[in-house]
Amino acid sequence: MEEHIAMGEQGMRPRFLADSRALKKGDRLLYLDNVTVSFDGFKALNELSLFVTVGELRPIIGPNGAGKTTMMDVITGKTRPNTGQVIFGSNTDLTKLDEAQVANLGIGRKFQKPTVFEYHTVYDNLELALKGKRSPFAALFSCLSSEQRQRIDEVLNTISLTEQQHRLASELSHGQKQWLEIGMLLMQEPQLLLVDEPVAGMTDAETEQTAHLLRDIAQDHTVVVVEHDMEFVRSLGGHVTVLHEGSVLAEGTLETLQNNEKVIEVYLGR
Amino acid sequence: MTKSDTIFKLDIGGNLFLVVLLASIVTIPILNLVVPPDSAWHMPTYLVSLLGKYLCFALLALSIDLIWGYCGILSLGHGAFFALGGYAMGMYLMRQIGTESVYGHPILPDFMVFLNWTELPWYWYGFDYFVFAVFMVMLVPGVFAFIFGWLTFRSRVSGVYLSIITQAMTFAFMLAFFRNDMGFGGNNGLTDFKTILGFSLQEDSTRVTLFVVSALALGLGYLLCRFIVRSKLGRVLVAIRDAESRVRFLGYRVENYQLFVFVISAVLAGIAGALYVPQVGIINPGEFSPANSIEMVIWVAIGGRGSLYGAVLGAVLVNYGKTYFTGALPELWLYVLGGLFIAVTLLLPKGIVGWLRQMTKGLFRRAAG
Repeated sequence: MEEHIAMGEQGMRPRFLADSRALKKGDRLLYLDNVTVSFDGFKALNELSLFVTVGELRPIIGPNGAGKTTMMDVITGKTRPNTGQVIFGSNTDLTKLDEAQVANLGIGRKFQKPTVFEYHTVYDNLELALKGKRSPFAALFSCLSSEQRQRIDEVLNTISLTEQQHRLASELSHGQKQWLEIGMLLMQEPQLLLVDEPVAGMTDAETEQTAHLLRDIAQDHTVVVVEHDMEFVRSLGGHVTVLHEGSVLAEGTLETLQNNEKVIEVYLGR
Repeated sequence: MTKSDTIFKLDIGGNLFLVVLLASIVTIPILNLVVPPDSAWHMPTYLVSLLGKYLCFALLALSIDLIWGYCGILSLGHGAFFALGGYAMGMYLMRQIGTESVYGHPILPDFMVFLNWTELPWYWYGFDYFVFAVFMVMLVPGVFAFIFGWLTFRSRVSGVYLSIITQAMTFAFMLAFFRNDMGFGGNNGLTDFKTILGFSLQEDSTRVTLFVVSALALGLGYLLCRFIVRSKLGRVLVAIRDAESRVRFLGYRVENYQLFVFVISAVLAGIAGALYVPQVGIINPGEFSPANSIEMVIWVAIGGRGSLYGAVLGAVLVNYGKTYFTGALPELWLYVLGGLFIAVTLLLPKGIVGWLRQMTKGLFRRAAG
């Protein structure tokens, strides 16, 4: 109940969620329109415009400081842009909402550094992420239904952590934590997953398994992946966006981009 | 889940505490009221009240552990909520004195007559009814915590900044309550109580009843806190403590959760204060002093935060130490408290309970391996 009051204050209504559910594959899901963010004069994002369509798996690459993480912050309501709009679905402006509202609209975010709840078990981590009512009173009397348990089991299976489900998250390896966090995103049943450097610090085998996992998820979700690792981006396939100094430098398949003069310049230096 | 974790889910320590509490509810009244005073087994009334006072402190420590141990909110001003509850009860007890007071005024408490006041201030209305007073004991700290929490948590004030603001809050309360024209007895506070619900506060049976009510309040408070921390809400609280922004990105409104436990905690602290006042016979602005609030946090740190019963243990042990030292070596007490805090921080960072858990975990490992 409290949630609804708080949402009402900011003029947001849950019906937008229903709107974006009705979108079909290929429709525009996320549209950044001329977004600028400056920190003390430094433009982290400079009139950035890009759009992502429903069902896409979109890798975003770019050198350090290109504005990838700031872009994620703007989409998820953590950072307010100085100018520009971020439209989700048909007409929701995300720049007017806070983190919780954006999350409840169906946008899940995975951080660069794996962020899971260390003192909870793997199972509890997933339970906390499970889509449902988010108010304190609902949580106080919440019980898992059998469908919900089944849903958690499915996700445990997807992220290959079934055997570790009763272990504390702090006991997991780095790669397993990354998968757990991806699993938590899946529990939210988001429309859009934003995944920040999912393979940083992973072994080759883990990287391969993560690529597999993300391709699997992209079957029925829209996924935006920020990544440095070129091999990993190649294994994801699809349309790639290159960010540089806060705006889009180029877009296309990885093969065409690798022959693009501007991209070579940015990546290899003059 | 390792074996020992499963065992802690059963809350052996907590259940042991509840058993001890229940046993004391049964035996202490018998030892005081039934066993004749010349028997070696007789428990003197001052001791019953002393234990009752410890139980009030234990309830207060419990309320601090709920927010600090589980949600990471370090309040250094919880004494304010304790004192507000205490004052609400004190106001009832003052009104109960009636014509038995020194000046014998039928309505005005002595200090108001002394200040030449002719009318009871509006905020003293209703405190001649016990039920009203009990209601205010919970409402006043609860409403203050709600306003305070709403302003701070919504602005995402946390960590050290929140601790400092809570200190400032209790300090402001202290300065306000020291003023005579506030109408709460100024420097002297409220004292000279005679009866509660018509029963004399000097009677052994009244004292024993107050002890039993304190023990029941502590037991129920414990069960309530345990219910909260074991629910999904409790898991969200721990998640907020460990990774606040992750919780927000999962769609939870962190500030609502913080506000919820903060208010519950303040109400529990208020109840503790209300039970404390009739047993010690006085409430004065000193209870709002920042040092008091810091001492409460030390109880919890020593007992071990994040286990609930650890807070109870810490409050009872430290206060027993305080009673002992302030009797035997009064000038040493503050050094002992400071030394204890430093020793626990360095040697037992998780407090006594955390240390015990680690020891038993080690034993299970050895037994299993």
